[in-house]
Amino acid sequence: MISILRSLWGVFLHAFRRRVTHRYPDEPMPLPPRWRGRIVLTRDPDGGERCVACYLCAVACPVHCIALQATEDASGRRFPEWFRINFSRCIFCGYCEEACPTYAIQLTPDFEMSECERKNLVYEKEDLLIAGMGKVPGYHYYRVAGVAIEGKGKGEAENERPPVDVRGLLP
Amino acid sequence: MARVVIDGKSYEVDGRRNLLHACLSLKLDLPYFCWHPAMGSVGACRQCAVKQFKDDRDTAGRLVMACMTPAADGTRISIDDPEAKAFRASVIEWLMLNHPHDCPVCDEGGECHLQDMTVMTGHVVRRNRFPKRTYHNQDLGPFLTHEMNRCIQCYRCVRFYRDYAGGRDFDVFGAHDQVYFGRAEDGVLESEFSGNLVEVCPTGVFTDKTLARHYTRKWDLQWAPSICAHCGLGCNTSVAERGGMLRRVMNRVNPEVNGHFLCDRGRFGYERAQRVTEDPEKEKRTPEDSEKKGLSESSGSSGVKRFSEFSGSLCGLLIGIGSPRASMESNFALQTLVGKDHFYSGLSDLDASLVSLILDILRNGPARAASLQDVENADAVFILGEDVTNTAPRLALSLRQSVRQKALERIGKGGIPLWHDAAVREAMQDEHGPLFIATPYATRLDDVATAVWRAAPDDLARLGLAVAHEIDAEAPAVSGFRMPMNSMADALRDARRPIVVCGTSCGSVPLIQAAANVAWALRRQGRAADLCFTVPECNTMGAALLGGGRLGAAFEAEADTVIILENDLYGRAGAAQVDGFLGRVKHVVVLDHLRTRTTSKAHLVLPAATFAESSGTTVNNEGRAQRFFQVLPSREPVMASWRWISEMLVAAGRTGWASLDEVLAAMGDARIRAAAPPAAGQRIPRRPPRYSGRTAMAAHVSVHEAPPPPDPDSPLAFSMEGFSPEAPPPLTPFFWWPGWNSIQAAHKFADGPSGVRLIEPGQRGAFFREVPAPFTPRRGEWWVVPVHHIFGTEEQSAMAPAIVKRSVEPTLALRPEDASDLGVSTGGAVQCMLDERTYRFRVQLRPELPVGVAGLSLMGATKGVGLPCWMALRRA
Repeated sequence: MISILRSLWGVFLHAFRRRVTHRYPDEPMPLPPRWRGRIVLTRDPDGGERCVACYLCAVACPVHCIALQATEDASGRRFPEWFRINFSRCIFCGYCEEACPTYAIQLTPDFEMSECERKNLVYEKEDLLIAGMGKVPGYHYYRVAGVAIEGKGKGEAENERPPVDVRGLLP
Repeated sequence: MARVVIDGKSYEVDGRRNLLHACLSLKLDLPYFCWHPAMGSVGACRQCAVKQFKDDRDTAGRLVMACMTPAADGTRISIDDPEAKAFRASVIEWLMLNHPHDCPVCDEGGECHLQDMTVMTGHVVRRNRFPKRTYHNQDLGPFLTHEMNRCIQCYRCVRFYRDYAGGRDFDVFGAHDQVYFGRAEDGVLESEFSGNLVEVCPTGVFTDKTLARHYTRKWDLQWAPSICAHCGLGCNTSVAERGGMLRRVMNRVNPEVNGHFLCDRGRFGYERAQRVTEDPEKEKRTPEDSEKKGLSESSGSSGVKRFSEFSGSLCGLLIGIGSPRASMESNFALQTLVGKDHFYSGLSDLDASLVSLILDILRNGPARAASLQDVENADAVFILGEDVTNTAPRLALSLRQSVRQKALERIGKGGIPLWHDAAVREAMQDEHGPLFIATPYATRLDDVATAVWRAAPDDLARLGLAVAHEIDAEAPAVSGFRMPMNSMADALRDARRPIVVCGTSCGSVPLIQAAANVAWALRRQGRAADLCFTVPECNTMGAALLGGGRLGAAFEAEADTVIILENDLYGRAGAAQVDGFLGRVKHVVVLDHLRTRTTSKAHLVLPAATFAESSGTTVNNEGRAQRFFQVLPSREPVMASWRWISEMLVAAGRTGWASLDEVLAAMGDARIRAAAPPAAGQRIPRRPPRYSGRTAMAAHVSVHEAPPPPDPDSPLAFSMEGFSPEAPPPLTPFFWWPGWNSIQAAHKFADGPSGVRLIEPGQRGAFFREVPAPFTPRRGEWWVVPVHHIFGTEEQSAMAPAIVKRSVEPTLALRPEDASDLGVSTGGAVQCMLDERTYRFRVQLRPELPVGVAGLSLMGATKGVGLPCWMALRRA
């Protein structure tokens, strides 16, 4: 009897406590920036695609839900001809982001991607590509990489000497 | 055999090897760069350092380079010694100082020996803060991309290109830490073996330019063991596809055939099959009926129904023409369908007589058919009439090694181990052993020849017969013949393993008989002389073994329906003759994957599978039956030719075959069946364990992943599940081993030969007795011999984009004197009448041609001309 009354009293007191349930979706969910949600493809500071189609995200993916095809444009930049993520398979583990050598693929704090049909969860490159740099501002892969592209010749990347003059005789 | 102790464990190894080779053969991991199984050691990279101990009391030891130390009996070494490990780690760190930050965009990434070795030694953090050295790249032509920044100066490329393959236009330039590997200036790499640099280079300096157009990492490709379809040598390859697109060809080691190297035609010729297989609809690969256009949307079975309507009651008047580029199984299936008496082998009449003569020589004579490895080990070679670089390219690379054998023997006796490449080459200098070349025109091997002789094929045959007579007096003498190369017979007699190389390219029967006489004469003298005949197509030998009537007889035969198997008759006989035949036969059914003049004349075209879409067996020039396997999953309505024919058999109320093994059982030749294990037991995966994107590749079509397609024809699976490490050599789809992602992983696999030799020599010793009359030039007419081109002559690779860029324009080669008599110069045109048709050819001057002889490029339309023949030429 006493315990029932104590419980009733306890429940009554709780009516005046601060609410812990979140009234989602009326109130948006505050998520930490490192939340592993919807995957995006970012751009470099010049606005070009960051993805160089190296296939590392695809091979890192434990559920094999990333597929792409590499291609090269006239300027010598590699990029994916198509890039597909099957979110109906994705487990949001973030391995792709870890594997990405160019910070192109990033997971974002967005999980609101429910669909009634599985096929709508297949995202193509147009659906994945965002306008900005995402979580890593300023990084530009081709400014670091040794390959030459249009507008950046050999020896013009960071921390590189000018190309060797093979015919030079100087010691 | 020698006993060596490695890290306290005792092993039995081959004492003739160096320690590195021995360790790798034991499947121990020891990093290396400059050593190559086919090219030996130079000790340049210092990566394979191990600790060597004097005896079991020695604990200090000393660092030695494993590749430069013989695996002598009693050697004690340690791979795991901390000092050796630290040494190797510092070597990698030093090699990586200037390596660019570009693995993500490097085509070698994922199959890079440098990546593997860096991971193996544990170098993970870059400590060097100083700027990196850079280089300009060169444009090296349609096959290779050049990215010099990635170079680690191991010198493998020059060692292969110059020392091994005899190329002259590629070298190392510069000094100290600025050495440069490339050409003196931008330009196409001339060597026919330049593609091997992709595999020889341990990092991404040389990568496959054709692959870059549809780039896929090695781990993402689905592989199958295959046999090159682009010449008669039957080199073993691994072919790869992804998403239904054929993507690349790599070498598959078969120590008795191609070893570690391929020619550029074999490596880059796949693009034609890629085009054909990429989109069956775009390529119109549906059953096509010239009368009823509506058939094209129908599936495979209606193609057969249409065929049975055609042939229904006409079976008695059904004939079949086989093909030297179709598999044994397909040829056999057709032979079964039409019956032995109505089956014609599909070789041109000249080729058929040449190849049956070759078969007779190899089967009944005492000389063996030489494998490429035998050629490599030959200590004297006599080439009669063959321009091997262009007819059987990989053979030329083996011949380049054979010229070293004599000197190697001397050097080996002097105590220098033969794997010690730098020392061997130093001791050898320019010495090269006996190689005699007798051909109608200059060849690419002339630079290593002891002597060359140019003459018309009949005179070459007389030379061969005269040499045979000089070796053994029993052989017929050639009256009135003055020997142009005196020492030749002696040099051949002095050799222990001489080889005579001949083939079908000159189209001369006496020449082949002469080659046989030389080898038999040597055999009678107790030398282990072998014969190496080149044949034009991948299954020419198989087609000859299967037999069948002559094509000429097929054209005369009474027939209402003819089934032509993967064959362009216009390349086998004169156009008028073929036109007459195809016009006369009521129903022409063609099974093919290429669009040819013959398919355009057909009433029914059934889409046959290419080598990438079907499994089967081919027999190479040596008589070795080897199996190739399907890499592209079957796509309706394309089927292997033998499957089409099996459906036809079923439609005719007879029994067909459901799988390749059933066809092989019906063939009844146990040796052909033994070329590869049957489809039973644990499946071998075609895909590497890291194959990615399975749940996304086709998700835009359907999110429900389809099960892997079944493969009733082989023990391989279109999947990554299964067990591969102990796959026997004929079933090894690709070389991969944990920690060894590059093709250097080959040493982890069983290195036995694969394929089964179908031809073994007999005992007959009787020489060929006919001696041809000396060649007499005619006025106003030339004896025109075919000139083969590595890029362009072979039908299945001729249209591959990269090959097209290397192809030359077909020309008629004339002596400058003859040309000026005709009033033409280089680039001018001549014309001639053949088969009631006028042909026009551009003229190329070749001063080395014998008097009265001209050469005509064998490509496209000139294939049906019937070379060699007399031609009356005049200025066009």
